[in-house]
Amino acid sequence: MKEEFKIIAKSIQSEKSILDVGCGDGELMKFIYENISKKVRGLEISKDNVQKCIQKGLTVIEGNAEIDLKQFPSNSFDYVILSQTLQAFLNPEKVISDLLRIGKTSIVTIPNFGFWKVRFNLLFKGTMPVTKTLPNEWYNTPNLHMCSIKDFVNFCNDRKINLFKSLALTNNKVSSINKFNLNFKNLTSELGIFLIEK
Amino acid sequence: MNGFDDIKKIIIKKPLKLDCGVTITDYPLAYETYGKLNQDKDNAIMVFHALTGDQFASGKNPITNKDGWWSYVIGPNKALDTNKYFIICANVIGGCMGSFGPSSIDKKSGKKIGINFPVITINDMVNAQFNLLDHFNIDKLFCVTGGSMGGMQVLQFIANYPDKSKIAIPIACSASHSAQNIAFNELGRQAIMADENWKNGNYELENKSPAKGLSVARMAAHITYLSKKGLQEKFGRKLQERDKIKFGFDADFQIESYLRYQGSIFVDRFDANSYLYITRAMDYFDLSKNSNGDLSKVFKNTKTKFFIISFTSDWLYPTAENREIVIALNAINADVGFLEVKSDKGHDSFLLDVPDFVNALKNFVDNSYKK
Repeated sequence: MKEEFKIIAKSIQSEKSILDVGCGDGELMKFIYENISKKVRGLEISKDNVQKCIQKGLTVIEGNAEIDLKQFPSNSFDYVILSQTLQAFLNPEKVISDLLRIGKTSIVTIPNFGFWKVRFNLLFKGTMPVTKTLPNEWYNTPNLHMCSIKDFVNFCNDRKINLFKSLALTNNKVSSINKFNLNFKNLTSELGIFLIEK
Repeated sequence: MNGFDDIKKIIIKKPLKLDCGVTITDYPLAYETYGKLNQDKDNAIMVFHALTGDQFASGKNPITNKDGWWSYVIGPNKALDTNKYFIICANVIGGCMGSFGPSSIDKKSGKKIGINFPVITINDMVNAQFNLLDHFNIDKLFCVTGGSMGGMQVLQFIANYPDKSKIAIPIACSASHSAQNIAFNELGRQAIMADENWKNGNYELENKSPAKGLSVARMAAHITYLSKKGLQEKFGRKLQERDKIKFGFDADFQIESYLRYQGSIFVDRFDANSYLYITRAMDYFDLSKNSNGDLSKVFKNTKTKFFIISFTSDWLYPTAENREIVIALNAINADVGFLEVKSDKGHDSFLLDVPDFVNALKNFVDNSYKK
């Protein structure tokens, strides 16, 4: 299992309820189900992935987060997970507000557009960046709203969203992000992992 | 038709008060089973049939000599694996395969009940079938499932008995029959009643049969079970055993011939009055009617795990209507999964060999049984 999922899983207390938004083939959900809590459910847009989740015995709803999150009642889950999907939404702001409404805690991870390799691509090559966490070309990327770690932190601060834990991930190494090292982490991290609350 | 004497049935002594106000008692309920009930009695699956189905969900139907309507799904190693599960399927009341219906004989008059049969609802059907749990001494079913009207019965079953099944799989259905679906059913009923041989429902007394009307009803309904794309691909404008059109009203096109054939074989196995009663029961189905349209309230007390399945090309019970059920269950934080299966085969997809559907069903059922 990838390092990002391990960090997310570690952030979740046992026997709590979890909604994995954009749960993919259910890899993280399966780990959570087997090791942390049976009360885990997923929302996934791809039919193939939904089938894979069902194969794994996971409870999953086929649906589009931008349309279908609204049907979940407020405070109905202890945790809502959104792994590297925020940037693909038409309206990420709306999705975040739904996550905060549904979950007591939301765990959001983003591929960091402030990462130095990304900046290097654009600055020296003059082309849209293609990296490990951003593997697509400009013409076939599902990503509509890329942001950097710093953008996301600012986004939360502006909206008074309680950002109570921020982690950076690079080459499978985890570190904390705080206001003193924010600019540095924004440059050196591939991925940001944030725990947020209303 | 012979062989009715060999059909398994129970006589239900317990009175059942129907929604229309009439109470029935000592009535027959015909059923069939597949597989074996285990010692713990935790492997029982109740399958509910659709409008024109019956209790012969798998194997050979002894009356029609055709394969059971869910042969793709029920059998050894299939999605509902008869090596593992005990499957019960009953003929709904109002039906014509041995259960209490318009073609049953009235004990007093010795004649067929016909149009004097009380109007029944999906709720009545489910309450009648619930008696089978007692009959088999099963406290709790492992699963209830069915497609179309069978799916409606699944929803009604959980609404009535929230803790009597571990899992529920309503397929290609709706919690409230739509105006369009009522309209199609009305078209079918009017076709039957317009047949001069219907005789105000008393055709059996006069040894007549409204076969033409019933056949037209079936033809119209059959179109609604398919998709435009499916029809186009299968038939297109292909002509029936001729090189060119004949400038007449004979069946020039293959689709016409196909529909006529579907209508003609249907009348051999189905009772016209049953068609009226069962379509009416479907029309009256509106699960949230008693909770001011709040479907969530209907399922408030359930701990049942749901898996809802719809099909992309099903325009009779479209994904949006299936999703309404998912939304209602989500709103009360019930355990619910949902899949829309890609298929060109229309509403009929649930009866056909659609691998994505059958595999998902098998995976869900088997995984749920393990836990």
